[in-house]
Parts: sequence; C-alpha cells; structure tokens
Amino acid sequence: MTRPRRIIAREEYCIGCRLCEIHCLVRRSRSRKIIKAFRNERDKVAPAVQVEQSGYASFALQCRHCDQAPCIEACITGAMHRDPATGAVLCDQERCVGCWMCVMVCPVGAVRPGQDRRVASKCDLCMGEEMPACVANCPNEALVYQSEDE
Amino acid sequence: MASETDQRSRNHARRKWLIGPDFVVQRDPDRCIQCQVCVRQCANDVHEYDAEEEIVRSDSTTCVGCHRCATLCPTQAISIRRGNLEFRPHGSWTAGALRNIYKQAETGGVLLSGMGNDETLPVYWDHLLLNASQVTNPSIDPLREPMELVTYLGRKPDAVQLAGSGVSLSLATQLPPQLELQVPIMFSAMSYGSISYNASIALARAAKELCTFANSGEGGLHKDIRPYGGNMIVQVASGRFGVDVDYLNAASAIEIKIGQGAKPGIGGHLPGEKVDASIAATRMIPEGTDALSPAPHHDIYSIEDLRQLIYAVKEVTCYRKPVSVKIAAVHNVAAIASGCVRAGADIVAIDGYRGGTGAAPTMIRNNVGIPTEFAMAAVDTRLREEGIRNQASIVVAGGFRCSADVVKAIALGADAVYIGSAALVAMGCHLCQKCYTGKCNWGIATQDPYLTRRLNPDVATRRLVNLLRGWALETKEMMGGMGINAIESLRGNREHLRGVGLTDTELKILDVKAAGA
Repeated sequence: MTRPRRIIAREEYCIGCRLCEIHCLVRRSRSRKIIKAFRNERDKVAPAVQVEQSGYASFALQCRHCDQAPCIEACITGAMHRDPATGAVLCDQERCVGCWMCVMVCPVGAVRPGQDRRVASKCDLCMGEEMPACVANCPNEALVYQSEDE
Repeated sequence: MASETDQRSRNHARRKWLIGPDFVVQRDPDRCIQCQVCVRQCANDVHEYDAEEEIVRSDSTTCVGCHRCATLCPTQAISIRRGNLEFRPHGSWTAGALRNIYKQAETGGVLLSGMGNDETLPVYWDHLLLNASQVTNPSIDPLREPMELVTYLGRKPDAVQLAGSGVSLSLATQLPPQLELQVPIMFSAMSYGSISYNASIALARAAKELCTFANSGEGGLHKDIRPYGGNMIVQVASGRFGVDVDYLNAASAIEIKIGQGAKPGIGGHLPGEKVDASIAATRMIPEGTDALSPAPHHDIYSIEDLRQLIYAVKEVTCYRKPVSVKIAAVHNVAAIASGCVRAGADIVAIDGYRGGTGAAPTMIRNNVGIPTEFAMAAVDTRLREEGIRNQASIVVAGGFRCSADVVKAIALGADAVYIGSAALVAMGCHLCQKCYTGKCNWGIATQDPYLTRRLNPDVATRRLVNLLRGWALETKEMMGGMGINAIESLRGNREHLRGVGLTDTELKILDVKAAGA
C-alpha cells in the first residue's frame, strides 16, 4: 500500500521567496482574496508554513504529519487527530482548549498558537483542494506533493 | 599622466552618472501587500523594505529590466517601464549613443553587453516567405501521415556501393561517423561558467530527451554531465579548458571553436570570482583564476594548422566521432568554410552576427560580422559549386527565434541549426543583457549560490523539451503545407523560399527569387 501524499521540500531549489507563506495565509484567510487577506486579516490569520533560512540555504517547513505524531499523543482533549482518509494530522478546533501541549511537543515547531482564537494552528494539507496552496504556488517546484514512496 | 590604476580608483570615487535610470519601477500602492517577494528576488537591490514605516520602496537606479520581481509579484503590483527621461529626438545622436558616451566618460572602460546584437539591423528571415501546395500538388496532413525530421550530421561519402540484391540489399560503403538528430535543432555552445550548473544540466537532459545534442561550450564537461555524452558535443576552443582524452571521448562529436557570432575575432574572459571549485575542476584551472580564452588558437594560423588540430582530435577519438569547426560569419565566410571542409571538418557551424554571448564588447557585438542568412546561403552555394557540399554538414546559428526561422534556414541549405538565446529564454531569461554582471536573477548566467538555485533543472528541462516539441510540430505543419514529408527534401530547396523587400543583390546572394517571380 502506498503511503498518503505529503509535502516534500527540495531544499536545493528553494529560493526563499516566501510565496508559499503568502499563499498559505491567503488559503487560510476568510476572504481567500490575496489583497483583502493582507489588508484586513493579517492579524487574524497566519501561514502554517514557514521558510527557514540560513545564508543561501532555505526550505519551507510545515507539519510533517508524522506517522507517530507526538502532538496526537500529547493532546489532552483528543482534538489533535489523524484523518482516516488521508492520514493527515488535523486539529479539531471545536475540541481544542489551547493548552499548547502540541506546540510544546512538536519536534519541528510546525504547530503554533492560532492568532485569532486560542486554538492550535497547523497545516491541514489544504483539505479539499487537489494541491496544497504552498505546493501549487511555489515558482520553482521546490515543494512537491507526493507519497514518500514515490 | 596618471597610471591606469590611479585613474580607475579616482573614477570610482567620483562616479557621477549624468543619465537617468534605464527603467522605472512602478508600484501600484492599491495592489502591493508589502509581502517583500520583490525585495528577496532582486539581486540588484532595487527593492527595499522600510521596517520602520512597514513599506516596500523601489529605487529604479539599478533596475536592469529583467522582470523577475514583476513576474513573481503575487498581486501584479509591479510594472517596469522604460526610463522616462526622454532626450530630444535626434536621428543620429540616439538615446543609446548618448548613454554610451555618458557611461564611458564616467568609467573610461570598454562598453560591455550580454546576449546578441540588439541593433535594428535587418532580420532577413522576416524577408523570406515559405511556399505551400495549391491544386497542382497535394499538401500533406502531418497528423495523419508520417513526417520525418530525422537529420544526420557528418561527412557523407562521394558515392555509395551496395552489396547483395533484391530484399537483402545492404550498404557496402562504410559511412563516416554521423550524429543522428530527431529534430534538426541543437542547443548551441554555452559553457559551464558562463551559465550555471543547473542550466548546463538542463540543456544536456533536454537534448537527451529530445534525441538531439547540446554543446558543452569551451568550459569543459562537468562529471555529472558526462553520462549525457551520447547527446553532447564538446568544444575545443582557444583556451583549451578541460580538454583531455577522456573529455574528447566522452562526447558524441567534437567542435573546434574558432569564432563566435557575437564577437568574431575576440577571445573570452570568465572572471576569477566566478571560478569556484567546481568550475575550476571542470576547466582544469586553479580556483579563483581568470579563465582567459585567447582571441586566436595560438597553434592555428592557417588552414593547414587547422587540419593538424582536426586530425589530432580524430586520432584521439579513433575516427569514431565527427569533428565540427565553428566559425563566425564574417566577410569571407564562404572561402573560410571551404577551407575548413578541405581541412577535414565533418561539420561546419556558422554563427551569424545575432549570436549570443555572456559578455562581449558592445562595439564588437553590434558592428562585427555579417547576417547568418547571407553567410548560410553563401557557404552552401560555394560548397556546392566546389562539389564538396557532401563532405560536411552545415549547422547554422545566431538569433533563431521560432520554427519558421529554422525551416527557412533549412530551405536555404542548413542541415541543422543551433539555438542558444531561444533556449535560455525558454528557461526564463528575459534578455536583460546583463549576463556579464554575474547577477542573473533567473539563475542562468550566474554562479552565485543565492541565484543558481532559482533554476530548477527539472522545470528547465521540461520547458526546453516543450519548446522544441512545439517547434517540431510547427515544422511538420509547414513541411506538410509544402507537400514535403521529409526534412531531407526541404534541405537547400530554395524554390520553396521567396524574398520580399530585398534588393536584386540580396536576392542573388541568397539565391532566392522575389515574391511573385
């Protein structure tokens, strides 16, 4: 059985433009319109992907959707769960109480406290979209969406 | 008089430009979201983020018009226009001429340019029109009937002998080595050093995928590109960079580079700062040293000397690989090409005055050489008159922009064409002509690790393959229209060309009838 698709960063082609962050923010905004999102919602929504940079080397980091996810194990309410269909690690915002245990245990720092509500904010692989926004908008195909087996 | 170094340092300290910027960057404040993508993408520091005021500002002074920022801007907030400082119109003292003088008065240096001749000299391809079948002969639909673009480059025998009879007929004559191309288009010589590693590998990969050839240029063959040797032509140029037995034998053909269309009679200079460990190893020179290609080959001062080198190369490769000689299109190109063929060249590559370069003195680039079209026609005619046209294939280069240019070149007599600029444009080049600065924002003509990663070779390969696939389809359409089903039947078939807006002399040299004739 092939493993579910994941976002894989090709560090050697990341150009540090941060368009992934910009489009992730837009995708997570209420309006989903780039100018409106940046004008009116900047303090309410944050991207779930972050470009890490050191010198010329950079790559985009978002939730790895770990097979053994520490955030799921640490979650006290069961809000952090695995989507049975895609294998993605998701946060049920109705159940999250904002204790930030997930934020504490995430080995890559990909779970952050949400900006607008006191719930955890993380990558949901743009559920419902054919392609996550960061992958679709990377100008250099430094992000690919594929199964790790491919 | 002060020494040159003193003069230069004084110039630098007091530099005052008497000219406005080449381009003006306009930012639409209604669209800009202060995301700073432009700031991160410009190697010329045009855009700057003012953290205090939380606003992105642009300073047009150093903008080269490469469009990187505008292309990546997620809200299309940036537009780039020509500098808005208009000079009073003058037929002779054009803005370009004035700007060059202001620059030189400030720097005291040679004006440099990248890419090909940008003067408004006539493009003769635009004065040639193709034929099509009507009534008296049928056109062919390439989507329904086979259409052949396969091209063989190399020396063809004067006569062939057949062995056997009937269905078991075979060729008794042993053919000299040939290059087999599935499309009559190859990627011209662009060295690793003048272009980035990613650009080089993309060209090699695309050549392999398309079953054609890429030319390594004079900068040696990187070890990662050696596996693509079956689709590579390697160059032996005046600097002899990276040349050894393995290099020559790694490729499918060897090209002796005598000249380049962008700068005939001029050598090359890759500045030491671009010569990193990898380029140094590939070129077989010390790291950080300038890679200087002399203007002439210092062992070639005559056709006889050229013959010695051609045969030295053939000996080394056991006569298994065709040897090409690349010359720039200059005044006596026909006689020179004839000499090259008689010296033993299996392929003659002719690079016209629109041929590109990473760096050339502007005056040379814009004023030396002759148009590819005339050179092509003159060489083909001359070799045919002398009865030696079969002894060498002709590859023509210099400013091919589309498939129609290629088809016209083949009808004029070319066996295949080299494309350089078009390939770079396919990879992202916006022809800003600043290759020589090493700050190519598209990651092509640079060795800066911040910039080279901008060219993902997977993407670049795909785009190159797409371009040539498109050109091949269009070529088949044009051939079909003419009722021709094999590119061989079009080669040198000047009956399929007609000239418009050309003088009698031009038509005579091109050996093409005027439209209507």
